[in-house]
Amino acid sequence: MNWLTDNKIPVDDVAEAVFGWLQINAAWFFDGLAVAMEWLIEAVLWLLQTPHPLIVVAILTAAVWALHRSWKVPAFVAVGFLFILNQGYWEETTESLTLVLAACVVCMGLGVPIGIAAAHRPRLYAWLRPVLDLMQTLPTFVYLIPAIVFFGIGMVPGLIATVIFVVPAPIRLTHLGIASTPTALVEAADAFGATPRQKLWKVELPSALPQIMAGLNQTIMLSLSMVVIAALVGADGLGVPVVRALNRVDTGLGFEAGLIIVVVAIMLDRALRVDLK
Amino acid sequence: MSERNTVVAFDNVSIVFGDDPQKALPLADDGQQRGEIQETTGQVLGVHDASIDVKAGEILVLMGLSGSGKSTLLRAVNGLNPVARGSVRVSDGESMIDVTTCDAKTLRDLRQRRVAMVFQQFGLLPWRSVAENVGLGLELAGEPAAKRREIVTRQLELVGLDAWADHRVAELSGGMQQRVGLARAFATDAPILLMDEPFSALDPLIRSRLQDELLELQRDLQRTIIFVSHDLDEAFKIGNRIAIMEGGRIVQLGTPREIFSNPASEYVADFVANMNPLGVLTARDVMKPAAGGSASEETIDVETPIRDILPLLRNGPLTVTEDGAPLGSVSAESVVARLSA
Repeated sequence: MNWLTDNKIPVDDVAEAVFGWLQINAAWFFDGLAVAMEWLIEAVLWLLQTPHPLIVVAILTAAVWALHRSWKVPAFVAVGFLFILNQGYWEETTESLTLVLAACVVCMGLGVPIGIAAAHRPRLYAWLRPVLDLMQTLPTFVYLIPAIVFFGIGMVPGLIATVIFVVPAPIRLTHLGIASTPTALVEAADAFGATPRQKLWKVELPSALPQIMAGLNQTIMLSLSMVVIAALVGADGLGVPVVRALNRVDTGLGFEAGLIIVVVAIMLDRALRVDLK
Repeated sequence: MSERNTVVAFDNVSIVFGDDPQKALPLADDGQQRGEIQETTGQVLGVHDASIDVKAGEILVLMGLSGSGKSTLLRAVNGLNPVARGSVRVSDGESMIDVTTCDAKTLRDLRQRRVAMVFQQFGLLPWRSVAENVGLGLELAGEPAAKRREIVTRQLELVGLDAWADHRVAELSGGMQQRVGLARAFATDAPILLMDEPFSALDPLIRSRLQDELLELQRDLQRTIIFVSHDLDEAFKIGNRIAIMEGGRIVQLGTPREIFSNPASEYVADFVANMNPLGVLTARDVMKPAAGGSASEETIDVETPIRDILPLLRNGPLTVTEDGAPLGSVSAESVVARLSA
């Protein structure tokens, strides 16, 4: 047994070395990324926090109505927001919504093109799959550590950790949608002389739209599930009171903040369940 | 018909599915069947050594049981199936282009302007309206929206669907959906139409009506049509010539009459035995050669279909003429003699 334990494979040292090297040699990349993320977060936050809360609630409710054309879901959303205001969690809620929205933009912006590329190149997907599995199964806390090293404390490492955890979902669903476009439709486009680009825009993407929308829904829900973990690296939002309640063993505060997260989750889910067609 | 130009030429076309098609070809040349070739090489022989010249304006029917290679051969015309050996040449209006070797751009141009296709399962885009589906080919070819709308409206009138232009295709019945498929193929004004069992998924009544409509449209439009069918009655009804395929090989190529009166093999004879002869035979097949003098005052042309002769026979025998000259006579007895032969 001794030879086995004596020759420990240096996973620890290798990881350390890789991240150390990245920190020195790829600093420009991570700094640039941090600036871009920071900017995105600031912009969304400004939009949600500058107007009076009731105005924002009215606008969001109107947007939901425009999406659904019925009174039930918008009414639910409006009541939900009023409950949040009543409990005094407006600021935290806007911060968490900002994190979710920013994660959405980044995840869909990366996930859809990568999913399309993977669907067109089966060998790329064969390489990608274990990476996606790793991103979804590696405990979140593990990559919070390098996230802090690269980006410090705040919203940005929270967003990065969220993106790493969430982006496999839109990649997988976009891949599924594009790859399961009926052969007959792709052939019909071919038979009428479609270029690869025309095939993508006029056949594959419309055919994959339901799956891509499911990917968007997943992205939002999974991002929201990350708000507590993001709070551990200093991201503002609804996770902060939860973490505080945990530290003080304050059951009341914990349930109060937890209930707000549940309300936000249900509101987002119902608001985004739109029947296409 | 003989002086018409060839617009599609299959020259010794072999199509093999698998990772190493060349391995299968020598075995196929030795006359081995698909099953044996698959056992020894793992390659599936789709079509072997098919040669046909398709003339402008004719309807050629590729006919056989499922798995006979008829669709495979059809799909080689617009490059949907790769050809392992031989060539498929398609007219671009001026010269013949070999679609097996031409570049992607040339192939796309042919598909956009010269060769249109109708599919068995329609191949319509379900999220689009009827009009948007009909305009697909024009859209892909980059025609401006105004011109597209005009052509689409005309095509929809032609197939009797103008009232349905803004409906989703899913709201239409199977027969109507295939009319949309036909309109889409006609819209690009392509002189060559490939039809892959277009009516097989439809009810018999609708099928028969669409066959009639296709023939009517063809009288005005004079396209070159390659039509795949597994139904001999359909093949005889619409084909000017029929190529009968078995196990990837063409076993007989000829006009419906030639095939009916002179089947080249057991396989063809089996097919023919199951069909209604009244749709095929003409006066030439059922007449008795003239033994001097004319049998009656009434005359009919030698190419008159037997269907039209039968009611006339009630008044006694008829004289058969070719270009006005008497050739023989038809009587109830001579018809019965031929049909029971």
